[in-house]
Amino acid sequence: MKVRVQTDMLDPGAELSEFAQGRNDLGAVVTFTGIVRDDDGTLERMEIEHYPGMTEKAIAAIVDDACERWLLADCLVIHRHGPLRPGEQIMMVATASKHRVAAFEAAEFLMDYLKSRAPFWKKEFARDGATDWVAAKVDDEDALKRWTK
Amino acid sequence: MVEVMYFAWVRERIGEPREKVETTASTVSELVDELRAREPRYAAAFADLSALRVALDQELADFDAPLKGVREVAFFPPMTGG
Repeated sequence: MKVRVQTDMLDPGAELSEFAQGRNDLGAVVTFTGIVRDDDGTLERMEIEHYPGMTEKAIAAIVDDACERWLLADCLVIHRHGPLRPGEQIMMVATASKHRVAAFEAAEFLMDYLKSRAPFWKKEFARDGATDWVAAKVDDEDALKRWTK
Repeated sequence: MVEVMYFAWVRERIGEPREKVETTASTVSELVDELRAREPRYAAAFADLSALRVALDQELADFDAPLKGVREVAFFPPMTGG
């Protein structure tokens, strides 16, 4: 299990080739990569603020929860903070399991919880100088309900 | 004495990332009332509690949670990770 919070760029390909390497007991690896999206060409950058200390604890708790729910051979969460340009990777999640259902479900679970329970806040800076804190979506909160036992 | 931290637009509205607060509040809500009474910038930041979340010693909590033994209180908007 690996959790990393960093400002550095992230290379999902390199992370994936290292992930769960040398294991012959895995049948499935699922990865998700979140990317800074610029819908209409107006975004100059995004800045992600986080709560050092709580961030790592919150992610570790989410990963522990995932490991209790699914039989995971390995799990990786990397989340960036600081300034990010459109097209850059914000974060990635990887899960490894014997079978694909567990790997897919655990990856979705991790994403749903990282969105609403890990202390990150995104602020968008438009090319024209306008700034806007990204608001949490009701859908994101609703997405957690499907996981409640 | 508690360390109070602010993140995202709460930090911007209050104008500081953290401060030490001398308080006799027994719950988060009471602390919020004390802060609101300080200055308009606090009243503005805490105008709508439904738009805020609170963490006590880095764990999410409710506004009616007790403050006894708590060292770090953080206020912030709903998180937008991922």
